[in-house]
Amino acid sequence: MTDPFATSLQRVFLYISYASLYIYSPRYTYFPTCSTAKKETMLAATNATEEHVHSTFASRYVRAPVPRFKMPEKSIPKDAAYQVIHDELMLDGNPRLNLASFVTTWMEPECDKLMMAAINKNYVDMDEYPVTTELQNRCVNMIANLFHAPVGEEETAVGVGTVGSSEAIMLAGLAFKRRWQHKRKTEGKPTDNPNIVTGANVQVCWEKFARYFEVELKEVKLKEGYYVMDPEQAVELVDENTICVAAILGSTLTGEFEDVKTLNDLLMKKNEETGWGTPIHVDAASGGFIAPFLYPDLEWDFRLPLVKSINVSGHKYGLVYAGVGWVVWRNKEDLPDDLVFHINYLGSDQPTFTLNFSKGSSQIIAQYYQFLRLGFEGYKNIIENCMENMKVLKQGIQNTGRFNILSKDIGVPLVAFSLKDSSKHTVFEIAENLRRFGWILPAYTMPANAQHVAVLRAVIREDFSHGLAKRLVEHIEQVLKEMDGLPSRLQHKKTERETQEEVFRYWKRLVDRKRAGVC
Amino acid sequence: MSPPPSKQTAFALRLPSFFISLPLSLFSSNFISFIFPVPSFGNTSTMVLSKTASETDVSIHSTFASRYVRNSLPRFKMPENSIPKEAAFQIINDELMLDGNPRLNLASFVTTWMEPECNKLIMDAINKNYVDMDEYPVTTELQNRCVNMIAHLFNAPLGESEAAVGVGTVGSSEAIMLAGLAFKRKWQNKRKAEGKPYDKPNIVTGANVQVCWEKFARYFEVELKEVKLREGYYVMDPAKAVELVDENTICVAAILGSTLNGEFEDVKLLNDLLVEKNKETGWDTPIHVDAASGGFIAPFLYPELEWDFRLPLVKSINVSGHKYGLVYAGIGWVIWRSKDDLPEELIFHINYLGADQPTFTLNFSKGSSQVIAQYYQLIRLGHEGYKNVMENCHENAMVLKEGLEKTGRFNIVSKDDGVPLVAFSLKDNKRHDEFEISEMLRRYGWIVPAYTMPADAQHITVLRVVIREDFSRTLAERLVLDIQKVVHELDALPAKLNARLATEKQEQVKNGTVKKTAIETQREITAYWKKYVTERKSNNKTQIC
Repeated sequence: MTDPFATSLQRVFLYISYASLYIYSPRYTYFPTCSTAKKETMLAATNATEEHVHSTFASRYVRAPVPRFKMPEKSIPKDAAYQVIHDELMLDGNPRLNLASFVTTWMEPECDKLMMAAINKNYVDMDEYPVTTELQNRCVNMIANLFHAPVGEEETAVGVGTVGSSEAIMLAGLAFKRRWQHKRKTEGKPTDNPNIVTGANVQVCWEKFARYFEVELKEVKLKEGYYVMDPEQAVELVDENTICVAAILGSTLTGEFEDVKTLNDLLMKKNEETGWGTPIHVDAASGGFIAPFLYPDLEWDFRLPLVKSINVSGHKYGLVYAGVGWVVWRNKEDLPDDLVFHINYLGSDQPTFTLNFSKGSSQIIAQYYQFLRLGFEGYKNIIENCMENMKVLKQGIQNTGRFNILSKDIGVPLVAFSLKDSSKHTVFEIAENLRRFGWILPAYTMPANAQHVAVLRAVIREDFSHGLAKRLVEHIEQVLKEMDGLPSRLQHKKTERETQEEVFRYWKRLVDRKRAGVC
Repeated sequence: MSPPPSKQTAFALRLPSFFISLPLSLFSSNFISFIFPVPSFGNTSTMVLSKTASETDVSIHSTFASRYVRNSLPRFKMPENSIPKEAAFQIINDELMLDGNPRLNLASFVTTWMEPECNKLIMDAINKNYVDMDEYPVTTELQNRCVNMIAHLFNAPLGESEAAVGVGTVGSSEAIMLAGLAFKRKWQNKRKAEGKPYDKPNIVTGANVQVCWEKFARYFEVELKEVKLREGYYVMDPAKAVELVDENTICVAAILGSTLNGEFEDVKLLNDLLVEKNKETGWDTPIHVDAASGGFIAPFLYPELEWDFRLPLVKSINVSGHKYGLVYAGIGWVIWRSKDDLPEELIFHINYLGADQPTFTLNFSKGSSQVIAQYYQLIRLGHEGYKNVMENCHENAMVLKEGLEKTGRFNIVSKDDGVPLVAFSLKDNKRHDEFEISEMLRRYGWIVPAYTMPADAQHITVLRVVIREDFSRTLAERLVLDIQKVVHELDALPAKLNARLATEKQEQVKNGTVKKTAIETQREITAYWKKYVTERKSNNKTQIC
């Protein structure tokens, strides 16, 4: 009966009439109303009457300079404060596109809900929030178990939740230092020159620990092509004043795992000879949630007898937002009693060993959520996905033919790569140019003895999918192409003529682009 | 008529953008079926079936109909398999119901309520790592602004637009350790330059300090010299403190707002005495003010009180943003008078992922929500807003104090001036003590801690109620009523067993033979049980059904 074509035609006409209505409706005519609106805002600004009826951007608060040195005298409405801060924060990088950091940037909305609900809970009020404390203990147990700590089926492990691996490392280091001091004192030997042996590739917090707690840091130097601690050299550096050797599972620079097993074996031999009993700490900040799932046979944890403590970042591959780390000791004897505080705080006895006191409990709850929700299976799948996406990205970067890949396939899922030929342009320029697309991809130089090598590093997190990996490769290619057209920033030994030509070319390109894209 | 086209286009535009804004990893089959509740046919259902063996499609069951709520929770080992996120959420959420209610937790100064607008900002920033300063320059800038504002509030000797020296921390513990470390290092450098030994540093504080000072002392190997308290005087005595100072003293720490009773220590007097002593000895011992709880009180309620950088010997001050700075747990601040008071060697200039960052912190990665929230509060409330909030807190503290005084059963230990809290002890705690009151109040939902005073005043037990911004007058009045109820109930109850035995013994000693007869004991027990049963009955009637 009804002709479909006719109806669709009718619809088209209807749309057109709507559209004309839209155009001619007096509400949208620009000029006449504009002036009155302006007057209104100005009135509001001067009289500040009934502020709540005005829109935020019509208020005076968005045109006053933001206070930067002194607290303002007067209060402002909460929506204005929100908008001012929110809008300024738009200029921050997008955390999801920040490939510089291992730190988790995405969690399930259910977990967000739990975190927001717990945000006003103070973690140290253990007496008041017993369940939160219990969740923390469960997390410690699970992690200790994952790292093969020698605890019985139903035995509680020795460990503590921290704000991050920095706190965890300081606590572990402090325990080693105190144990060494006790030992030396009972032997009647001096205790004033402790040292610690690490690779030069350690994260800055080890250096911090050394400087703040007055321990000498003995670094095993790196060399080109070998960017982790050499176990043999490390053991050579060990002397009677060494409080521990710190090995890194997942070097910050290349994601490589250090050979903890060899280190353990070599150190065992040395300890037998010298009787020093030097222990090992494993800094598994990034690798602690990788190795157990992907390389269950790799021996790096409490299966090795000299490993006395391990720290791991819950906010890296533990898949929780920034603000949670863990440190686990092999057993009670490895944590000197005089470091543990039993405090009569507001009504109950609390044994604590932390540097921080009051802090939120959201992150602890979120960590337990992830363990419960994902289980071994879930973590394994996620880490495997990260590895797959890492390979996609690596392949893409290799295919450009312009980069050397420095990261290893086995290790933390990241791709570290340097330019084969950085005589004209450097990786720093690539990093800068990628910012335009939104990517935050850091470029940095290697530590001492390999510092002439500059690398770009992309960390593959759970939320960096195959699609994003492909897209990143495309953008890198584009940046390379653009840079080839640009003059080098490094050399200035050109003739005047060449320079002129280059500048001319540059401007022409700029103008061309403007015509094409921006308008 | 149907909606105008402008709306239609808007809808058409909004739908895809909604999908784009979704995190990519959400696109699992689970999530799709979650937004489009389409019955699953064919492939998907068989896949799910094969995976969960005999279970029927998990997603159609309600959470409490699933097997996850009847399995025992993993406590020692990570579970082998994943469970749906709804179930995980529900299980954890439900277990957390058994935690105390933070809003009714009167034990803690730490903020438990913020405006919803600020909650939004916090949630938006929860995935931002504070240390990635290069990546999040605005967040870093907000932190610097907070430092400047707080330094100005504390009258740091700064020019109009001169940047202050300070840093945001996780809390006052970190702040105190950083400040202490700076003092220690400065002292060491001075001693080294003078060619004197530097292996026995000490620090002078009152015995009323928070535990983190003790922690600092033990972890950083500094001797803690405590000025003893005495009954009726629960803060550090400046004269005694100055007496304890010797050439190895790295600093004297004064507390603005003692944890125990909220009292401000007399920093001005301490400063004057120490200036004199320094003149005599040439030791130059500086002062640190631990203003964790009082730092956001004094400038607003007692602007005339001199306790901050107006005093020449005060070199650093720490304050908890998460106490009267009105931000959720996880933020503290430490401010130095000038650059010279912070030894350069403690500052790390790191080439971290592409930028030079000067830092002085013990923690590294942490969320940036709290910093943003602090800035929100500072500009939202301004001086006026903070003043009003603090005045309200003080008023409500007075209401509570008067209510407690009226019961006639308590001695008030806290002072009117100081941090808004009410510390009180029983006039007569022979039969029942403060711990019992604390326990009984739990039944009403209140968390009011009872604790003993530190050494030399440890025979005194107090209850402490902290008045926070969100503790309104209504709640204050209700708390007084509930305390009265508890006191009445306790009057009807026999004294706790051990206490009774002790008094009996005393009586025996006094009177020789006076011992309760069997019938007396029976009566007491029946009275107790009778009361217990009637109480339960009335409870059953009014509340439980």
